Amino acid sequence: MSTNMKMQSIGLNAWFGQKQALKDINISIKTNSVTAIIGPSGCGKSTFIRTLNRMHELTPSAKLSGQILLDGKNIYDKDIDPVMIRRRVGMVFQKPNPFPTMSIYDNVAAGLRLTGTKKGRNLDEVVRHSLEQATLWDEVKDDLKKPGTSISGGQQQRLCIARAIALQPEVILMDEPCSALDPIATAKIEALVVQLKEDYTVVIVTHNMQQAARVSDFTAFMYLGQLIEFGYTTSVFENPRSELTEKYITGKFG
Amino acid sequence: MLSGYSFRNFKNKLFFALCLVCVVVAVIPLASILFEVIARGASQINVQFLTANSLQGGIGPAIQGTFIIIAFTSIVGIPIGVLSGVYLAEFGDNKYASAVRTINNVLTEVPSIVVGITAFAIIVVGITGTYSPFAGAIALSFILIPIVARTTEESLKLVPNSAREAALALGAHKWRSTFSVVVPAARSGLVTGTLLAVARIAGETAPLLFTILGNNYFFQGLNQPMDALPLRIFNNSRQPSPELQAQAWGAALILILIVLALNIGVRLASRGKLRR
Repeated sequence: MSTNMKMQSIGLNAWFGQKQALKDINISIKTNSVTAIIGPSGCGKSTFIRTLNRMHELTPSAKLSGQILLDGKNIYDKDIDPVMIRRRVGMVFQKPNPFPTMSIYDNVAAGLRLTGTKKGRNLDEVVRHSLEQATLWDEVKDDLKKPGTSISGGQQQRLCIARAIALQPEVILMDEPCSALDPIATAKIEALVVQLKEDYTVVIVTHNMQQAARVSDFTAFMYLGQLIEFGYTTSVFENPRSELTEKYITGKFG
Repeated sequence: MLSGYSFRNFKNKLFFALCLVCVVVAVIPLASILFEVIARGASQINVQFLTANSLQGGIGPAIQGTFIIIAFTSIVGIPIGVLSGVYLAEFGDNKYASAVRTINNVLTEVPSIVVGITAFAIIVVGITGTYSPFAGAIALSFILIPIVARTTEESLKLVPNSAREAALALGAHKWRSTFSVVVPAARSGLVTGTLLAVARIAGETAPLLFTILGNNYFFQGLNQPMDALPLRIFNNSRQPSPELQAQAWGAALILILIVLALNIGVRLASRGKLRR
């Protein structure tokens, strides 16, 4: 089973201070697939996705137990540098957050510059390729010198995706990437997510169930810090095993 | 009896009028200072006054000294102040940092005369055994550093956390995220804060009395007394001769102009950088 699994969480618990945010989460994330994490607000889905690239531990008072395997190796092992994990597991946030002082070009190049990995790579090429992959190139190719914050929200979010892609990560995490966007921009990001799984493994947190159904291959439903159900998206939505899942996806709560 | 609407309208206008009165009252001291200094100082200004040494009736050494002391203090103080502010804002979530923060705040409030005698006791008497620009720069740094550290911390804290997270999520190290993302985003606040601190020390008199002493001649060396505009103003204004007093007004005008130019210059420079 583990051969085509990019990431696995095993017995994962997470806390903020005394409050337990995740309880014994076991999820396997398949290579070149889209895995959606759904659930009502406060269910721990954002906390979970932040444990996958060790962003969780940046919150003061955050604690964690259990394992996250990336290609079979625990990323929480003592000898692992979280910085190296984050280069392999990229992230896109809820609100588009291009670097405010940088141009569109510099935003995409930022990953390579900030991590000192630009040696031997043609920046222009990387920027162009990343923007193309993020389906933003045609819209901004004449404005690369403009500030990253000068474009629309949906474009900014695709810029952030291009910024993540530029580092050629293995996994891309998306934490409610469309929640600050209008429907048209959302549709573009969704189409992009489906494309991205050709080259990357994608994990997307969303509170929009239709979105999960549209873009994902696997769906995990979380509630109060627990994983209630996890499986193929079609079976979770069409034939949920748990009554709680059924209630949630039919809109009876959450 | 006023109806509800016109009463609210009246209150609105009354409040506006009060604000306006307060603004005028607040501007009066500033305007009168400027007026007085220009009225009494402008007539003094000529090439001879600006370039000659003090025995020839000029303030050349004082102008030169002020620039030297500003430069030395900035070289010593700004890096230390900015870096401590960065530390407090980005790595300051511990007991050591809160101690530093408290001491820093107290230091901001220390009267400058106290800074002066302390620098006198430690450096002039204790270490170098002489009045010197070096001692003056150290004394003014004591005033500059806490202000710069504080404004740096404040302006870095205004940078949204999402910018830090974005950089860290790309796999940047904390120091890289701090200096390539957070500090540039806080640049205008940093520049303004630093500038205000430099303007503040440019006019300090008390610490200089005890450290560089004053001098009638141009720069004599790093181990010799030096003149500065605030000192020249202070010393000349206490002289009985009306001529020397008038020179003090002229020096005051030049000092104000230097501070003003500093303000405008750095503002223009930082604006240009932001535009790119």
